[in-house]
Amino acid sequence: MASQPDNMSRRAFLRGSATLIPTVGLAGGISLTAQADEPAPNLSEYQPVFFGEDEWSFLLAACDRLIPGEHAGSGPGALDTNVPIFLDRQMDSPYGHAERWYMEGPFDLDGSPDLGFQYPYSPREVYQKGIAMTQQYCRQEHGKRFEQLDGDTQDAVLKGLEANDINFASLGERQMQASDFFSHLLENTKEGYLSDPIHGGNKHMAAWKMVGFPGARASYRDWVDQHDVEYPLGPVSLNGERG
Amino acid sequence: MAKQQPRVDAVIVGLGWTGSIMGMELTDAGLNVLALERGADRSNADFAYPKAADELQYGIRHTMMQKPKQSAVTIRRNLDERALPQRKLGAFLPGDGVGGAGAHWTGVLIRPTPTDLQLKSFADQAFEPGVLQDDMQIQDFGVTWDELEPHFTFFENVCGQSGTTGNLRGETQEGGDPFEGPRSEPYPLPALQDTQNTEMFDKAARQLGYHPFPNPSANVSRAWTNPYGMQLGPCNYCGFCSRYGCVNYSKASPQTCILNALKQRSNFAYRTHANVTRVELAADGKTATGVTYIDENGEEVFQPADMVILASYALNNVRLMLNSGIGQMYDPVSRTGTVGRNYAYQIGGGIHMYFDDIEFNPFATAGATGRMFNDFSPGNFDSASHGFIGGAKMHSSQASGTPIKTPLPKDTPSWGQGYKDALQKYYGHHMKLSMTGSVMSYRTNMLDLDPTWKDPYGMPLLRMTFDWKENELKLSRFMRDRLREIADVLKPDHMEESFQLNGDHFKVTSYVSTHNVGGAVMGTDPSNSALNRYLQSWDVHNVFVPGGNAFPQNFQANPTDLIAALTYWSAKKIKEDYLKNPGPLMSRA
Repeated sequence: MASQPDNMSRRAFLRGSATLIPTVGLAGGISLTAQADEPAPNLSEYQPVFFGEDEWSFLLAACDRLIPGEHAGSGPGALDTNVPIFLDRQMDSPYGHAERWYMEGPFDLDGSPDLGFQYPYSPREVYQKGIAMTQQYCRQEHGKRFEQLDGDTQDAVLKGLEANDINFASLGERQMQASDFFSHLLENTKEGYLSDPIHGGNKHMAAWKMVGFPGARASYRDWVDQHDVEYPLGPVSLNGERG
Repeated sequence: MAKQQPRVDAVIVGLGWTGSIMGMELTDAGLNVLALERGADRSNADFAYPKAADELQYGIRHTMMQKPKQSAVTIRRNLDERALPQRKLGAFLPGDGVGGAGAHWTGVLIRPTPTDLQLKSFADQAFEPGVLQDDMQIQDFGVTWDELEPHFTFFENVCGQSGTTGNLRGETQEGGDPFEGPRSEPYPLPALQDTQNTEMFDKAARQLGYHPFPNPSANVSRAWTNPYGMQLGPCNYCGFCSRYGCVNYSKASPQTCILNALKQRSNFAYRTHANVTRVELAADGKTATGVTYIDENGEEVFQPADMVILASYALNNVRLMLNSGIGQMYDPVSRTGTVGRNYAYQIGGGIHMYFDDIEFNPFATAGATGRMFNDFSPGNFDSASHGFIGGAKMHSSQASGTPIKTPLPKDTPSWGQGYKDALQKYYGHHMKLSMTGSVMSYRTNMLDLDPTWKDPYGMPLLRMTFDWKENELKLSRFMRDRLREIADVLKPDHMEESFQLNGDHFKVTSYVSTHNVGGAVMGTDPSNSALNRYLQSWDVHNVFVPGGNAFPQNFQANPTDLIAALTYWSAKKIKEDYLKNPGPLMSRA
């Protein structure tokens, strides 16, 4: 049912809309182009600020399983799009420190999970403890670190975390369950993959290009009535990068 | 000894919609007015393009919302469960800072029906005794359609409400809602543009004999200058609306519609990061002397005032009353006391439909974009034969197309190659059929003070006791069946449902609605309402409490239009009668 705009109308639309994209700094706003030419860092050269070397190795391996890269099929993966850099930067944000959350005791861990999380950890602590427990489990079960396991075994470990088949309490962590850690890791990985590159992930808006989200264009007055027609323009980012 | 500020005529606690309206009205009356806002200052410059177009910052990290750190709510589902604090936001997202929820709302601006305002009278007439649950505590609002109509009209002009008129002075109008109460004036502006999903919904609903109409919107469809001289620009369908500030001066908000006019007035001032912890009462407890707040330096300050307007979020208004000893705290066992009584909410549900070959372009939308029909609001259908009271707004809305929130079918993997494939396949190919249902008030759905947890200033947190009741679960099932019929017409390639059904309990972990209402309800009987019909405390006559807290139960649509109309209604009475002769506006007898 969907129709593609024909080449003529697509070109006309591109020409017309190019003039709508401001290219100078906006009064009181953020310049749309100031950082557009700054290349996103290469993951291999990035020095993590929060995560230690061992934690970083775990994250690289885990992210690659959660959203596998181009090598594993179509579309960019978490490593292609700098998701681990996003995670590292989030740990130093208000979110990482749980600055907005109510973290006063007592911490009652016996209530219904439907009443929301009750463990006393900020996301920074969730990652530190979660990675340590997972590595301990991998050493006990497989005699190796997570990142040294083959892909299928890594997936089995991640599934074990997700389903709480890996018992954190028996490994010494009694306040937080394996699935609590896994859900942070998965949720944050998707956030890094799909949020604006200004936050460190979604390098060159590759994930947006894959799904067809135009990013921060935020102006569709001349498109809203074009029903069931594929939107022809690539995304722009908060920093003015165009894809 | 707390620091003391110079006395003002009226102090307003909270600077969102109701605080801004009261500020306008009371300064009109010549009063010297001060507003205290516990959050940050916010102006339209804070939302200037492209800042607001950031899903992580606003949609996910809730930058415009209240911080649980400052005042969490503890929640339990029944009187026997131990309430636990909601440590991070989930089921509801109250606003924070100047503008309050009015800065980040979606912008659906719709009236209740005349029946919604007199639901108890309707129930007494339409239901045989014994049909409804005996723990239900529904009541009339104590104010009629005709009394509120001018105030709806005025606020809709303040907002530049965009939509299609359905009932103009009793005459049904083509394309609008034939079930709406009679309007004295048409909508100020025409409806927003339709999108692919609204076109499909409209066609299917008409085929089934319903009466769909465009969601009434406070995202304006055309340029608009409001009665305060404030200007709004036509919506550009940016797709960042609900949970975001508007990049374009197109979404009605306190900032866009009122505050820049109010700030010009020499008899108005406001302070931010001023967190009111309690209202201070005179020795006899019959009048308030002012409020105590914690300023940005953490110092306690006493602000004397002749009148106190509690204009913060519904939940916090109730908490302030409880923490200040205004009125008697509700006791669900003896059913005495009124503050905390009749907390209510809304019930949602929907069918996610996926169409492989249709492009919905969900990012090209206004927050309020959508169509709805009102054929299932109270009085318009025979709910008595199905054993429940209430109704639902049935709609297909498309508030946003931001990608982190992309809905995916439940049977797709949540990670791995399968997740990536699903994201690629389904993004932009989804539309939703939704119902937003009313929630009645019940003996044990209530608010009080938590015995354990406190805020950073040592004040008890608010404790919410709430669960879905049989009446609402029956309503949910009935509406699900109706939405299924619409889905059958539309024939998606794949669909799945999400409804609250028998045996389901309230969960705080995922978003439900920020239409928390009740807890300090209005009425004409001081034994079952905390406020009289002018939103004045029955017990402390110089305290007025405009907000969703005044609803005796919730109806099936969005609350802002009614909250604002009630605020203007209250302000009118203050100006016409109270200021001349301060005292109770209704007698307790």
